[in-house]
Amino acid sequence: MIKHLPALLIVIPLLVAIITPIIGRLHWVLSWYAVTITTFISFVISLLLLQTVSVQGRISYWMSGWEPPFGIEYSVDYLNAYVLIIVSFMAFAGAIYSRKNIDVEIEDETRKPLFYTIYLLFVTGLLGMVVTGDIFNIYVLLEIASLAGYALIALGKKRQALVAAYNYLVMGTVGATFFLLGVGYLYLMTGTLNIADLAVRLPEFYETKAIFTAFAFIVVGLSIKLAIFPLHFWLPNSYGYAPSVVSAVMAATGAKVAAYVLIRVMYSVFTPAFFTHTPFNIQYIFLLLAVAAILVGSIMALAQTDIKKMLAYSSVGQIGYIVLGIALMNVTGMMGSLIHLLNHALMKGALFFAVGAVVYRTGLCSIENLRGLGKKMPWTMAAFTIAALSMTGIPLTVGFISKWYLAVASIESGMWWLVPIILLSSILTAVYFWRILDNVWLKPAPGEESHEHGHDSHQKPVKSNDAPLSMVIPTFTVAVLCLVFGLFAYAPVSIAEKAALILLK
Amino acid sequence: MTSIFPPALVFILGAVLIPFLKGRVKSVYMLILPIIAFLVLRGIPVGNYVIGQIMDKDLFLRIDKLSLVFGYVFILATFIGIVYALHVKESTEHTAAFVYAGSALGIVFAGDLITLFIFWELLTIGALVVLWSNKTKAAQRAAYRYIMVHLFGGVSLMSGIILRVVETGSTEFSFIGVSGLSSYLILLGVAVNVAIPPFHSWLPDTYPEASVTGAVFLSVFTTKAAVYVLARAFPGAEILIIAGVIMAVYPIFFAVLENDLRRVLSYSLINQVGFMVVGIGIGIPLAFNGAVAQVFVHVLFKSLLFMAVGAVLYRTGTAKATELGGLYKSMPITLVFTLIGAASISAFPLFSAFATKSMIISAAGHEGMTVVYFLLLFAAAGVFHHAGIKVPFFTFFAHDSGKRPKEAPLNMLIAMGIASVISIGIGVYPEALYSILPNTVDYVYVPYTADHVISQLLLLFGAFTAFSFLMYTGIYPPEKRSINIDADWVYRKAAPAVVSLIGSPIGRIYAWFARAVFETLPRFLAWVTKNPLAAMKIGTDTLLLPLSGGSKEAKKSLAREKAAYPGTVAQWSVSTALGIALVIFLAYLILLFI
Repeated sequence: MIKHLPALLIVIPLLVAIITPIIGRLHWVLSWYAVTITTFISFVISLLLLQTVSVQGRISYWMSGWEPPFGIEYSVDYLNAYVLIIVSFMAFAGAIYSRKNIDVEIEDETRKPLFYTIYLLFVTGLLGMVVTGDIFNIYVLLEIASLAGYALIALGKKRQALVAAYNYLVMGTVGATFFLLGVGYLYLMTGTLNIADLAVRLPEFYETKAIFTAFAFIVVGLSIKLAIFPLHFWLPNSYGYAPSVVSAVMAATGAKVAAYVLIRVMYSVFTPAFFTHTPFNIQYIFLLLAVAAILVGSIMALAQTDIKKMLAYSSVGQIGYIVLGIALMNVTGMMGSLIHLLNHALMKGALFFAVGAVVYRTGLCSIENLRGLGKKMPWTMAAFTIAALSMTGIPLTVGFISKWYLAVASIESGMWWLVPIILLSSILTAVYFWRILDNVWLKPAPGEESHEHGHDSHQKPVKSNDAPLSMVIPTFTVAVLCLVFGLFAYAPVSIAEKAALILLK
Repeated sequence: MTSIFPPALVFILGAVLIPFLKGRVKSVYMLILPIIAFLVLRGIPVGNYVIGQIMDKDLFLRIDKLSLVFGYVFILATFIGIVYALHVKESTEHTAAFVYAGSALGIVFAGDLITLFIFWELLTIGALVVLWSNKTKAAQRAAYRYIMVHLFGGVSLMSGIILRVVETGSTEFSFIGVSGLSSYLILLGVAVNVAIPPFHSWLPDTYPEASVTGAVFLSVFTTKAAVYVLARAFPGAEILIIAGVIMAVYPIFFAVLENDLRRVLSYSLINQVGFMVVGIGIGIPLAFNGAVAQVFVHVLFKSLLFMAVGAVLYRTGTAKATELGGLYKSMPITLVFTLIGAASISAFPLFSAFATKSMIISAAGHEGMTVVYFLLLFAAAGVFHHAGIKVPFFTFFAHDSGKRPKEAPLNMLIAMGIASVISIGIGVYPEALYSILPNTVDYVYVPYTADHVISQLLLLFGAFTAFSFLMYTGIYPPEKRSINIDADWVYRKAAPAVVSLIGSPIGRIYAWFARAVFETLPRFLAWVTKNPLAAMKIGTDTLLLPLSGGSKEAKKSLAREKAAYPGTVAQWSVSTALGIALVIFLAYLILLFI
């Protein structure tokens, strides 16, 4: 049983995804149970995988018994297990959260089982991309996840959701095609698709133009999927108009998996040795894009009036941090990136969850409408505040840990000028979150301004009307995890360190 | 993990319970917390302890003589502050105050730079919430500037810490000294919290906006915790002497001109911290001891003054010199405490600062720093002038405002009483304070020599005469109604020339700079990003307008553009995005193939 865990991780949700619409016809809640239980099982399997890896090292699972490189290999080391845990946990939290959330954001009862089916397929695709050790298999699962993703975004209630989904579809397809073309070049040159095998066979072709082309195709394709500035075009509208639970889960998992694939390709397929063979130091392109993403993302976030779009732009900036760590090409930088994968998943997840709760109660998501919500929805807003503090990188929150490692890595690789950029952008972050916190905690609710000048004793206490428990609990749990992993950062840091050492050996 | 429990956590974890308690239980609980913290602190022997771990770095707690002095006075100040605030029913401010005070304790007992930074940022957040809990619009705006300035300082401190950790490979927090980029950055970050000019303007900007009780806490922790860091990391740094002298002298002019008495006290706070910074900068044992002793007594008399003015504000609703006066009949006990605070801050013999401030001044003389010596003497006279005379005079005497408020509430009086008794106690028997100072010097400093007493009395008398003269001739400025020091002081007939020559432009530059960086710039960025293309067109048109001769049509079209802004933003179409993707792909290919 334990031996087959990597396959079960994919097979179980895939099978359940087929049953979900059928049982959903009886009552849609059944499909919710199916998805929640399945994602929970995936989470447990991910934890078991990590435990197995820590005992016996890298797991190599041969699909239907075919020996790699001839058959498809599922391989799990620290990096895979780590990303799997992030993805499956956030998917599980999202599943719990979705039950009430889609009451408002996808009202149509008949569409709900559909939503859960696609949700499960999306999660399956993401988990598969992480667990597989075969680069073509990554492409296949990438398409599964992407197609499911387009559909999820299109479920948004506003009409713009359709346009956003369409734009994402075009961009995503181009990105996937680029990736596929790159994989094709690699296969032409080496005759293999297995990642471990590619790493062995590639070095003799390092200086060929075909391999350079393959690299360019794959990296640009993944950059689109990862929404690295200036290829982030599809992201703000998609996150902005999708149902909140979709925005949360996509921001927390989709971009993370794309980053994982980028790391895999750059460090396991093209090893760091490859970059010494390129005529131009690729590092600088990545650094340039990362810095631009960090600054532009934060500045664009300032201008938004819609809170979901603001969070989406802030994601663009945060992806910049992840890319920055990847581009620094040292162990500390890689650790910073990997830790930020987890940290950003938690922070953005909590933020989008909290916004979803606000939408559930008020139906609106412009920043103006958050006035006075601190009293009405104290728990949700407390979670939001914790996550916002995390984003600014206050110590004892996860944001601090990421920034610490990224800054240390910049100095270690002699690029101390990155430090002020990393840290000053946290001031920009503070500015755009301040607007919200100011509205939430300090301004009176709309229609209650008149009370402000009255005597305090006559003021009626505002009745708390928080979101339902099934939304508040996941929101608050994820937010508290931002603190837990900020305080007890040792666990993720040690896993990230082991993963980074394997990647950069 | 060890069995050592950091005193900082007594406050911070203890604060969590406060919102759940009510009435008398809550009061008793809050009063017990400082006592527990004190007992915990007494229970830890001097030494270095590992208290936790973050990332792969150990966090240390350090107890030694220097940190103990700060620890004691912070716990004492918390106790007094809580007694003073007992009448406040809402829990937010109490909770925040304990987190705030706890963070200050954390800074003081931090044995490594990461612990230091953690509590440093917590301190800022604690102070922010204390500010918030005064629910006025002005307080909220001040809180925004406060958090931005301190985040900036925090960023600088963190950059410095990271650089230093990478350079030295250890996180130990000990002597740093001014050398190298990392130390400059750390010093800059600390300087923001110490309120060294030009980073001081947040202090008189925010403290007067806090609530009556919040201001008492604020006046204690932020600056003094930062002074501790200076004392630990930069003793003997000469640049601190210059900075300290500027701090001691410069605010005096503002304090004289200012109408809001809590703002007067804020300026005088900077002035007092200046003495400490000078003492640390001189760095010889006498001066260093003087600086630490000054911290101890300063915390007491400055919070005493803030409490007294706060009590008046609480009863009358205003702290403006022009709106007060003649309260001596109705608030006599508060008057007595104010006078004790005033005498203490002005270093009257038998009051606390007499025993401490002179240590720093005479150390400057001892080291042959004549200019510093005289500037400090001048500053000491200035203190008497604004804090010692102005505050009590305009509140309790001067022209009768006709206000007849009740005496301050009992808890406020008790709090002021405690601070007063200790201030006098130290003044009468300074050896008690001297015995806990960090540097053991081979000779005992004796404050009560005939020379010292007489020269100090002369100094105070001189200052008093000057004040009387100005009052008598009617040119003492604060009787003119003023709200904003930047806007209207030019019109005041007797504004000292020095101030208008030096102070006014500098003050305006600060105000402009703070606005530009923290308000205008974000707003501008937000404006531009709403529609970058149109914004760029408006920008170029504005620039080209004078070149094209400024024809009416051009002006009109520009006005039209501005009115239409941001208009409908031309969304990127898919094709543009794809174009960009292709360009980047080509860029990769070209760079790889050349």
